[in-house]
Amino acid sequence: MTLAVVILVLVIGSVVFHFASPWWFTDIASDWGSIDFTINVTFWVTGFVFVACNLFLAYCVWKFRHKEGHKAKYEPENHKLEAGLSIFTTLGVVAMLAPGLFVWATFVTPPSDALEYEVLGTQWQWQFRYPGADGLLGTADTGFVSESNPFGINPEDPYGQDDVVVNDPQMHLAINQPVKALLRSNDVLHNYTVPQFRVKMDLVPGLVSYLWFDPTKEGTYDIMCQELCGIGHFVMRGSVTVQSQEEFDNWLASQPTFSETQRPAPPDLSAGQAQYATCAACHGANGEGNQALNAPKIAGQQPWYIERQLNHFKQGARGGAGDTNGSQMTAFASMLTTDEAVRNISAYIATFPDTPATTTIAGDIDNGFDIYDRNCAACHLDNGSGTWYTDAPKLSGMSDWYFVTQISNFRAGIRGNHPYDDYGEQMVQMATAMGDLEEINDVAAYINTLR
Amino acid sequence: MAYVPLADQDQEMEMHHPHTWVEKYVFSQDHKVIGVQYGGLAVFTGIIGLALSLLFRLQLGFPESVDFVDPNFYYQAVTMHGMIMVVYFLTALFLGGFGNYMIPLMLGARDMVFPFLNMMSVWTFFISVVILMSSFFVSGGPTGAGWTLYPPQTTMAGTPGHDAGIILMLVSLAVFVVAFTMGGLNYVVTILQYRCRGMTLMRMPLTIWGVFVATVLGLFAFPALLVACIMMMFDTLLGTSFFMPAVIEAGSPLDYEGGSPILFQHLFWFFGHPEVYIVALPAFGLVSDVLSVHARKNIFGYRMMVWAIIAIGGLSFIVWAHHMYVSGMNPYFGFFFATTTLIIAVPTALKVYNWIFTLWEGDIRLNAPMYFAIGFIFTFIHGGLTGLFLGNVVVDLPLSDTYFVVAHFHLVMGVSPILVLFAAIYHWFPKVSGRMFNEKLAKVHFWFTFLGAYSIFLPLHYLGFLGVPRRYYALGNTDFIPLSAQDLNSTVTVAALIVAASQILFFVNIIGSLKWGKKADPNPWGAASLEWQTPDTPPVHGNWGDKLPTVYRWAYDYSVPGAAEDYIPQTVPENEVITASDDNFETNKDPSPAAI
Repeated sequence: MTLAVVILVLVIGSVVFHFASPWWFTDIASDWGSIDFTINVTFWVTGFVFVACNLFLAYCVWKFRHKEGHKAKYEPENHKLEAGLSIFTTLGVVAMLAPGLFVWATFVTPPSDALEYEVLGTQWQWQFRYPGADGLLGTADTGFVSESNPFGINPEDPYGQDDVVVNDPQMHLAINQPVKALLRSNDVLHNYTVPQFRVKMDLVPGLVSYLWFDPTKEGTYDIMCQELCGIGHFVMRGSVTVQSQEEFDNWLASQPTFSETQRPAPPDLSAGQAQYATCAACHGANGEGNQALNAPKIAGQQPWYIERQLNHFKQGARGGAGDTNGSQMTAFASMLTTDEAVRNISAYIATFPDTPATTTIAGDIDNGFDIYDRNCAACHLDNGSGTWYTDAPKLSGMSDWYFVTQISNFRAGIRGNHPYDDYGEQMVQMATAMGDLEEINDVAAYINTLR
Repeated sequence: MAYVPLADQDQEMEMHHPHTWVEKYVFSQDHKVIGVQYGGLAVFTGIIGLALSLLFRLQLGFPESVDFVDPNFYYQAVTMHGMIMVVYFLTALFLGGFGNYMIPLMLGARDMVFPFLNMMSVWTFFISVVILMSSFFVSGGPTGAGWTLYPPQTTMAGTPGHDAGIILMLVSLAVFVVAFTMGGLNYVVTILQYRCRGMTLMRMPLTIWGVFVATVLGLFAFPALLVACIMMMFDTLLGTSFFMPAVIEAGSPLDYEGGSPILFQHLFWFFGHPEVYIVALPAFGLVSDVLSVHARKNIFGYRMMVWAIIAIGGLSFIVWAHHMYVSGMNPYFGFFFATTTLIIAVPTALKVYNWIFTLWEGDIRLNAPMYFAIGFIFTFIHGGLTGLFLGNVVVDLPLSDTYFVVAHFHLVMGVSPILVLFAAIYHWFPKVSGRMFNEKLAKVHFWFTFLGAYSIFLPLHYLGFLGVPRRYYALGNTDFIPLSAQDLNSTVTVAALIVAASQILFFVNIIGSLKWGKKADPNPWGAASLEWQTPDTPPVHGNWGDKLPTVYRWAYDYSVPGAAEDYIPQTVPENEVITASDDNFETNKDPSPAAI
């Protein structure tokens, strides 16, 4: 009796939950309304069967529960009933499958006017490539991958020279222009998903997969990796901005082409040296750092990282509320008015001799190793040298007290939460691997052994 | 020489009766002891799988306050939870546990055809569990590649346990396949060759049909897993490139070229999809028998049930790529696999209808096993219907790799089979132990498990609709995910903790009843099938005393018109059926069940 009532309540409860749930599909931003239609058909068919079957179940449990003197009916088979139910079920299945297959046929055949762009997934970032004036993407191969050519574009391929490369995880699209995304990975499986577009597909190393859609609503949407790709899977985020054709064209024109990224002007070391005079007051003549002035060691740090952080200070992505020392840097970084100046100074810093900083932190090295090996080494590498590939700076031999401050800042939401700081945001999530200050010190103490 | 059925050579069969304690309880060749060993070991790994799920659920529910689960351990726990539950818990418990215990008893055999091989099977399984568990203690810990072990990341530096952990996982799986093959061949041969007189195939209980077809599926499916494991080990240890294309690891190219990660996925799911039915079909069989006994009614549409099991088993081999709609395989495969996948819904739906029609006009005894069986029907309907979303290729596009998938497969192949397991354990406990369990405690256990599990998995579907991806250590700042999603996650975690804690009731009941339970009647439910007709309870080695039983009818003669009792055991010949003789009975009607 109770069981019958409970089943009845569960059926009603499930239906109520469904209609009351604030968790439902995001507003669609592509023209894949046909997918939503198929989902709705499926919902109504299965919803009807769910309610009907379970109400009948509850009725049976209630009606035919044991009563004194009652005897069950002996009925091994009922061909008519079974045949009827088979036909009924088959019809329901056809009602769901038929629209599904039609929509799938549309999905597998992108329209001829769809413009192509490339999505590259690497551990754990998104990058994008758009064809240049020739409308064609150049060929690419993992063999060509390097710090200056992360896509692995074939440098000999004439079609690749004018390709527009976007080396950060924020892409743009023009509204109402159908696009075909060509999906490529240089390491493991990833999956290119924008929930508002409804479609998704894996990126598979060794082949090019695709999907297509027509963005129909302006806005900025999250890109998420939805195929487990290693420890950084959950921080592999990006964004796509759908905007007017004109805005999109302007944005695209401001991005570098492949050939431009291959022939950067050589850095002017003497200009860098001149600019560095200001920095030397705190960071030292050879970038050795000065803890009393809260200036970390910068000698030996990866040049691309110095460049990126200077830009972050300039843009206000670092040195915001809560970061008093960082805010001092904002003023100094803003003195570097051009990209060339930033490049010159980081090139000059790269010429400094790299002597390990003095250690100031002690901690449980074994615990530090355990945490580092499990969570940090995947990006910062076993020896703590960091690599451009995972956007990870060098940790070994750098200022340990600075490491502790920065991890604390990440954990406290002081650093990494600015919308421009895509890579800092990853560290906000990963820094939770260290539970408290003591564990941060343990990791710092372990990193001190890597020199 | 003419073929003589094994059942007719009973006098010549040699029973290796145990002489020592070790032969009786450790290296036993008795299928019942082996069944309990298999079951016990499976439950042990299941408890570890459950504990792992609680750890990562804590992280998902309370990411701010739980700091003992780091990203690395989260992925390891998710991976090991999945693999343990699917292979080492459910497969081993249904086939190794229930299959072993039930096959000879339900078929009227003295034991398996190859008792020594059977013993080898359980001890090989033991070795595979030891290897699996040892990966928790090696440097780097167990693999965190996800239970599907998709290359190339499985063996690359960005993945937890990419050195020793993954190798131990692959070796353990390979050893498991060996154990399964030894057991599986035994089950098939025993079912085909060792049935007692009169036990035709179409008189077998549905439990046996479920176990039989599931075993056949396993014998075809597990080799695909075995070769996938071996090939991946070659890639890792010998430097071959079966599954490895040219890839870059943390900035440096690895020495691989030309392999196909998708090939692994095909092999994995060629095993992985039948695996769903390797778990589900025995559950279908067991629950059919429990429903029929406690409804005091024959299973409705027995022949259709048998054919549905066979059809589902056959179809399960041509639907595997529905797990790969968004894998980057040739998208044209989607048409074929969506069609076959939705076709499989028809026989599955018919089974559900037939279970409910078994209750229709029954005389339902709402005993604890029946609660679990009816609970199963509810969760299976829900889990089966959500499968129609994921099977229909375009609907899968937005839902694939989200919490919808997690919710679907947990309801359909986690919660549902586990409810059947509890139904079956309570149902057969009196026969296995000779004691009754505590009915009240069992019902309390049911309410916590059933309501708790549903309140875990119903909401997760809706996170999936929203687009929340699975396998995310933390949701972070994501515009489209409202803060309420985190509250939902916390609620789900609390529900999971309650469900897990309530399982203590089960163990208290089972272990307590072994010692203090009321002595059980040999056939407390009034069941007609053969295992309840043994001369001893619990059955002794050899099962049937001096003489093997003979079977005269199917296993579902309940409430037969004219019969005095509401069940007629399979061993009762037609002319010995005790008919009703009270005044209410209309004697002018043909009382013979044969007339039905």
